[in-house]
Amino acid sequence: MTNALLQGLLLGGYYALLAAGLSFLFGVMRIINLAHGSLAVVAAFALWLLADRYGLDPFLMLPVVMVPMAFLGWLLYRLVFARSLRGGALTPILASFGLATVVDNALFQGFGADTRSLAPYIGDLAYESWALPGDIFVGQLAVLVFATSLAVLGGLQLMLSATTLGRRIRAAAEDADAAGLVGVDTHRIYGIATAISLATVTLAGLAMALRATFDPYAGPSQLIFAFEAVVIGGAGSLWGTLAGGVILGIAQSVGAHINPQGFLLAGHGVFLAILVFRVYGGPALATRWRNLKGAKA
Amino acid sequence: MNPSPLSIHRWTPLSVASVAAVVGAQLLLVAVPLVFGANVVERLTTLCIYGILALMWNSLAGYGGLISVGQQAFFGLGAYAAIRLADAGFPVYPALALGALLVAVAALPMAQAMLRLKGGEFAIGMWVVAEFVHLLVNLDPLIQGETGTSLIALNSFDAEARRSYTYWAALASMAALAWGMFFLLRGRLGTAAQAIRDNEEAAASVGVRVFAAKRTLFLLSAFGCALAGALWVATTISFQPKTYFSVQWSAYMIFMVLVGGIGTFEGPILGAVLFFAVETAFGATGVWYMIGLGATALLFAMLLPQGLWGAIEKRFGLRLLPVGYFLK
Repeated sequence: MTNALLQGLLLGGYYALLAAGLSFLFGVMRIINLAHGSLAVVAAFALWLLADRYGLDPFLMLPVVMVPMAFLGWLLYRLVFARSLRGGALTPILASFGLATVVDNALFQGFGADTRSLAPYIGDLAYESWALPGDIFVGQLAVLVFATSLAVLGGLQLMLSATTLGRRIRAAAEDADAAGLVGVDTHRIYGIATAISLATVTLAGLAMALRATFDPYAGPSQLIFAFEAVVIGGAGSLWGTLAGGVILGIAQSVGAHINPQGFLLAGHGVFLAILVFRVYGGPALATRWRNLKGAKA
Repeated sequence: MNPSPLSIHRWTPLSVASVAAVVGAQLLLVAVPLVFGANVVERLTTLCIYGILALMWNSLAGYGGLISVGQQAFFGLGAYAAIRLADAGFPVYPALALGALLVAVAALPMAQAMLRLKGGEFAIGMWVVAEFVHLLVNLDPLIQGETGTSLIALNSFDAEARRSYTYWAALASMAALAWGMFFLLRGRLGTAAQAIRDNEEAAASVGVRVFAAKRTLFLLSAFGCALAGALWVATTISFQPKTYFSVQWSAYMIFMVLVGGIGTFEGPILGAVLFFAVETAFGATGVWYMIGLGATALLFAMLLPQGLWGAIEKRFGLRLLPVGYFLK
């Protein structure tokens, strides 16, 4: 059980990394990018292609893939989000869903149904682990992914709170019209935010391909996990996303520990239970608590 | 005070004629199995089911402002409920409708929780619901996991009778849901829904009961999608959870409504017919077909978000099936 909890915690690190870009974009633009998971798969395929065809190290190639992905993010905002936002706040959801359908099927057309992995291209790191007391083994790669997610979320937080760009992004997120009035080019800021989101997606794609296998239709399930992490943690809050990822990872890991079919069921179940609790339990409990305090005073 | 020179109208001579034409066409469609062969009847059954899906997705998105990527939850549950009821010895055709009704009842507590979510959160939240329900259905020993099962009770009918009954059931369901929505939207719910679609906060501030209106649309959509799923299992007989709970159904619904015209009454019907034509022509190309569907949805969202019918309506002021009013 301790092992299941620990492995779940580390899995949560991966989900937090996957969800970082989704959470960031939602926080800035209130857009949920339904192509998020599929774009992580695109990055994974790009890294795999470089490793498989040209024998290039996935870690060294990370910047090589990340820069075009960030540019793709900028294009995504300019061509898809900015344009579809004119049709109303809900249209980008539909546009990104259409995009995800195109990306998934185009990947299938290009690469076929085979599952791939980057694990064979990174030597011992794929399976090396540290032994802890009590016969528990901790994969070095899982720890690396967890640390990366901390770095990404911390980096985003730091950028938002301490840099000029971060201040502009926060202003645009708070009130786009008011930010525009004081001279912030919100169009540009949104483009940069989407580019940043896709840069983190590249990291998530690398982590996904290193820790397990992936295939052209892996995008939607990754999107769902990322989304669950974002909502469990409280939409738009970056550290909340980490907590959400960890809760999801632990739920899945413990679920799988109880029953082989429990992995997905427990993950979705915890997500839905938290939603229901927020509707019925949360506010009702808060009111009761307030009444209790009021009675004392 | 002078009486206003403007007067409020709902009907035009054209819309009276088109409603009459639609009723006439539907009556003619009843005779199809008596005249045409198996292939035509089967294809038209499919078209009716697509029509239901488009209407139901639009009732949520176009009138409730709720984009769902998880209506396949109800589609799959409708088929599952029909199989369960038929397995319990319930007559198979009534089981299709009763199953859909049970799904709508089950959707009520779901509505209470999910409708608190906004925008994209509702969209993917419903997707999670669909995935969760899929996993639960897989646990049922009758379904045997992804292996699935069949609606064996239909074997008591011979192939031709089954084809005709299913066709009539699909046609009747589509017509009933479409006219039901038509009259609902012309009443209080329609006014409320259109106010919500245009601006939710403003609607609430003038006294529209936003949550109740959304819940009604959610339940209607759940019922309709479940009925579509039940009809689908009646045409294909086999039930494999993976195909019924697939997000592909959402892709189809989004395509039909987005291309046809979101938030218009006629649009989804047009979208369903177009989708049906596209599928008949290109469905066999598999992956490229899906790429085409996704790309079309993407382009419409970017360039023509009001859809074909929305554009026609704006350009020519055409109202064939009037659910709104106009001034003259």
